[in-house]
Amino acid sequence: MPLRGSREGAYLDEQILLAAGAPPPGAFAAGGGGSRLFGGRRAAAVSTVSTVVFLGVVVVLFVFAPGAAAVRHTFFNPQQMWQAFRGDPSKGLYSVGKGLILNVEMFLIAEVLILFCALVIAVLRQLRNPVLFPFRMLAVIYTDVFRGVPLIIVIFAIGFGAPALYIRGISTQSDFVYGIAALVLSYSAYVAEVYRAGINSVHQSQVAAARSLGLSQWKSLRYVVLPQAVRTVIPPLLNDFISLQKDTALVSTLGAVIEANRAAQIDSSTLFVYSSYTVAALLFLCLTIPLARFTDHLIARDVGRRMAGGGAIR
Amino acid sequence: MTGLGATGGLEGGEPGEYQAAGEEAIRLEGVHKSFGDLGVLRGIDLSVAPHEVICLIGASGSGKSTLLRCVNLLEPVNEGRIFLWGHDVTSAGVDENAVRRHIGIVFQSFNLFPHMTVLRNITLGPTRVLGLSRDDAEDRGRALLSRFGLSEKKDDYPDRLSGGQQQRVAIVRALAMQPGIMLLDEVTSALDPELVAEVLGVIGELASAGMTMLIATHEMGFARDIADRVCFLDEGVILEQGPPKQVFTAPVNSRTQQFLRRIVEAGRL
Repeated sequence: MPLRGSREGAYLDEQILLAAGAPPPGAFAAGGGGSRLFGGRRAAAVSTVSTVVFLGVVVVLFVFAPGAAAVRHTFFNPQQMWQAFRGDPSKGLYSVGKGLILNVEMFLIAEVLILFCALVIAVLRQLRNPVLFPFRMLAVIYTDVFRGVPLIIVIFAIGFGAPALYIRGISTQSDFVYGIAALVLSYSAYVAEVYRAGINSVHQSQVAAARSLGLSQWKSLRYVVLPQAVRTVIPPLLNDFISLQKDTALVSTLGAVIEANRAAQIDSSTLFVYSSYTVAALLFLCLTIPLARFTDHLIARDVGRRMAGGGAIR
Repeated sequence: MTGLGATGGLEGGEPGEYQAAGEEAIRLEGVHKSFGDLGVLRGIDLSVAPHEVICLIGASGSGKSTLLRCVNLLEPVNEGRIFLWGHDVTSAGVDENAVRRHIGIVFQSFNLFPHMTVLRNITLGPTRVLGLSRDDAEDRGRALLSRFGLSEKKDDYPDRLSGGQQQRVAIVRALAMQPGIMLLDEVTSALDPELVAEVLGVIGELASAGMTMLIATHEMGFARDIADRVCFLDEGVILEQGPPKQVFTAPVNSRTQQFLRRIVEAGRL
């Protein structure tokens, strides 16, 4: 406001100052009244009641819906669920439980490869050496393409495309290998971007300090930037791995790999009910929920640390 | 390859050899540096003799920090040349890492590596750049830490240290490379007033040990006490330079007079 300093402005300032008297008594009290202590107890009571009511409505809908009995029979049939979990070769049933172990195997192998490939790609995009220009360009194209193409198309392209090429050593691999290759190709693009965000979050002054000691660009990255970057991106990385863990189920579309989802498909077509899918879903939840809680724990710890480190410059 | 290439130049040898050669430690000739349209350095000529301590004074934005960053090649100059012990470090083909090995710089905001202990902060350069063994580097680090009263802090992470301690560690980190020149970029500006003295004390020790230093500072009293020569920067040029007594008590340039008057009014001198 151009009025400040002028006589008119001084008058306005005074008005504003006078208008802002002390707040009336009770102005800071919460709408519901009561002290903070009892407010806490009240809040607990309210949340309990609302949870009970909410769950009640859900259960009523589920139990008294017109098709409830049919749904229970097809999706929540305990006997069929147990059969699907265990499998029974004599009846042509595959074990969803065993299938899940295959999922976990694929997940673990893919994860290690992804962590490595993605780091290489992220670092390639970061290095400014002119000799590396073609690699940098390749890395950019790669991340653009594989983040844009749906995973299921990558799985089809490799699972059906690689055998059709008749290349020795490549075309004769199992669907298990093709599935992992597709997961690695697709997820490395995402994870490379997560790494890159982490690298960019390390302040330039850290790079300046490293370079000023005579460390090369690569050594600064290796000893100063990457260790800090990786620490920052662990929670988002875990988030991507929760997603990877369940996306391993898509490899079932190749048909020959009897992992959890494929086992459930076969079982449901044998038993004529979908309970096997429920088993697969529950088993996946058993893996992803602990991972999700662990991620939350890490994020909370990180926030706590940042608060504690807030006074670093004293 | 001229200057500090892979064969000739500075690497390997003790910087002391070059100081003894009688060359100027630093010489800047017509250095220009701009960021976009903003000319930060507009023709800097300056030479620094071995063991000389030079304080750069001037308002914020006058180009002091940029000047220091240009000397150790953190910022490429647009025009002009920079010589270190007679070697042109602005010529093509200079190994900037080899140059930086011989120049220590300490920043206003410390810039310690937060994921390393104090000792690791100090040994990183000696082990990864100079190729010292871990044991040798740690011996060197411990000796420096104890000399500056930081021995107990060697296993702490930087965020457990006070600002003054962090800045002293940053100085030790630079010294562990055994540089021939130290550049100090407003090293006390981010510190609480009661912590300034401990850092200035360390710099005083370095000066009396004969370290060649180029110091950008707002601490006028300190500059007056420690500097062999004071340079007043204004809008990217050195307007006035001379012994501190002359610059502080009888400045010739009207801009210098104005700047110092404001400093005195603020009670900083």
